[in-house]
Amino acid sequence: MSIWEYANPVRFIQTTDRILPWVTGATVVALIVGLFWGFFLTPDDYRQGSTVKIIYLHVPSALMAINAWLMMLVTSIIWIVRRHHVSALAAKAAAPVGVTMTLIALLTGAIWGQPMWGTWWAWDPRLTSFLILFIFYLGYMALWSAIENPDTAADLTSVLCIVGSVFAVLSRYAVNFWNQGLHQGATLSLDKEENIADVFYYPLLFCIAGFVLLFVALVLLRTRTEIRARRISALLAREARA
Amino acid sequence: MIALLRRDLALAFRSGGGFGLSLAFFLIVVTLVPFGVGPETGTLAVIAPGILWVGALLACLLSLDRIFQLDYEDGSLDLLATAPLPLEGIVAVKGVAHWLVTGLPLTLAAPVLGLLLSLPGPAYGWLMVSLLAGTPALSFLGTFGAALTVGLKRGGLLLSLLVLPLYIPTLIFGAETVRRAAEGLSPATPALLLTGVSAAVLALIPYAAAAAVRINLK
Amino acid sequence: MEMRATDLACRRGDVTVIEGVSFTLPAGRCLILRGPNGSGKTTLLRTLAGLVPPAAGQLDVAPDSVVYAGHADGLKAQLTVAENLAFWAAVYGTGSTARAIAAFALDGLRDRPAQYLSAGQKRRLGLARLLVTDRAIWALDEPTVSLDAATVASFAQVVADHCAAGGSAVIATHIDLGIADAEVLDIGAFRAAPGREGSPFLDDSFDEARA
Repeated sequence: MSIWEYANPVRFIQTTDRILPWVTGATVVALIVGLFWGFFLTPDDYRQGSTVKIIYLHVPSALMAINAWLMMLVTSIIWIVRRHHVSALAAKAAAPVGVTMTLIALLTGAIWGQPMWGTWWAWDPRLTSFLILFIFYLGYMALWSAIENPDTAADLTSVLCIVGSVFAVLSRYAVNFWNQGLHQGATLSLDKEENIADVFYYPLLFCIAGFVLLFVALVLLRTRTEIRARRISALLAREARA
Repeated sequence: MIALLRRDLALAFRSGGGFGLSLAFFLIVVTLVPFGVGPETGTLAVIAPGILWVGALLACLLSLDRIFQLDYEDGSLDLLATAPLPLEGIVAVKGVAHWLVTGLPLTLAAPVLGLLLSLPGPAYGWLMVSLLAGTPALSFLGTFGAALTVGLKRGGLLLSLLVLPLYIPTLIFGAETVRRAAEGLSPATPALLLTGVSAAVLALIPYAAAAAVRINLK
Repeated sequence: MEMRATDLACRRGDVTVIEGVSFTLPAGRCLILRGPNGSGKTTLLRTLAGLVPPAAGQLDVAPDSVVYAGHADGLKAQLTVAENLAFWAAVYGTGSTARAIAAFALDGLRDRPAQYLSAGQKRRLGLARLLVTDRAIWALDEPTVSLDAATVASFAQVVADHCAAGGSAVIATHIDLGIADAEVLDIGAFRAAPGREGSPFLDDSFDEARA
């Protein structure tokens, strides 16, 4: 039994039938625990006051905005190398989720930035990079919807995703070069635990887990939808020839 | 390959559009800016490097959809793809032809338009150097975008959406080169980075663009 | 220069259009493809020309031996007849366009830009391109569209000469070209059966996934 058998649409639907309720349940639990704990059971920050609590939406969504693109990159490469249809459809399914995460990160960032920096928007490297990522998502989704033949669309969006990833990284460095920025350093990192106090840290972990699970649940759900939509169009194409 | 380059140049000359259009567009963009921001030379001098680079970039964008679209519609692209030329080479030649009819004239015209925006003296040389190094990358990235959208009826707008984010590194390093030169700083670092990005694009993008053309001809 | 197709299948989107196509086209012979509209003649020809990879089966043909001519002639409106041909001659590295111009009676039109040609003249120019490529196997999709009866006859003669010189041709056409000992392949017979499309989205076990 190899992992590639799940790349068969039928197998995928059968398997996710069983997995999806559990993932959804875990998502709800993690998000409720994380957000409730974060919003109501943590003290205000001595410097930032209660505004700091937006971190429980901002950090997980920013994390998933990037991870969604990484997942699309991996599934695109799998499609190009191994021609597994589910892989291509999973990439297609992840894009709207990823763009929503990017938008949440940008919006919560603006709401947080207003009291902290006194401005809704600044051309800071991190903010700029997320705006660029947002545009990449839009282009990727627009290309998917513009092409009629599904395999051609999968091929071309995969090529775009790979080239786009290279340029996203390149843009990140170019933007750093262009403006040094006022965004604080990474909130989480393994070697710099002192970035954030434990009281904020544990609920944040729950929120991140919740967002990861939410992403998985949404992508599974949307991939199932894409598979069925694809089956319907294939059946219609068969009928048109009969 | 040379024959293809000569044919594309001949077509650009005879159909008129290619050359003049992007130059005229560049002129218009640069002319409109002072109407928008006011005529003080001090203000204009500060934003001139950016305006010149953004203007050149937009002018370059204007003719991208013609790179493959005409050949696709009249069937030449099918015939070229089955000809004894590597598709990567065909794509590269198309990029070069596009640069010769847009990037090169834009580079040559840029100093004149720099005068209109009162670009500071030391920046003129670097303006031309940066455009000379950067516009080939714009044309080649354009072939990639054009290759992705070649099968689409109304691919022009989508093409812009796909290509613009790819232009960001080139634009940043290009405009930064001119800006540093205009402020009397050393532009060597951004100029080298620009050349590096450009060289990498020229070397690698033809493979991606050729892959996209192949997919679209299936 | 032989072309052999073994159990070839061609796909358009999720649906396999034709399957099980097998034929051998030896040098000096001409194969006529017949079949109703939408039966997959164009798809098969594009597969033979190497533009589309076959969905299944095998295609044995020497590399760089096939030249394709589709519905569009690939002409540039702003270039003259001679320039259009000279371009393809340069691409294929053959150089001479004299034979092609003579065979399709284009001598008087040499310096006329392609945009001022009639539909039939354009087609003649498009077909003349075949002769400047020097390739052995021609894959032609409806080559006689918009040609008059006399030109069809002279085109048939060009194909016959090409075959006599050791070349070969696969031609999708609805009319009788009158080429002696041309083999005829009815594509309608290879129409893919429903349920055998080979797409994972048309798998019969799919519906049971909900059971």
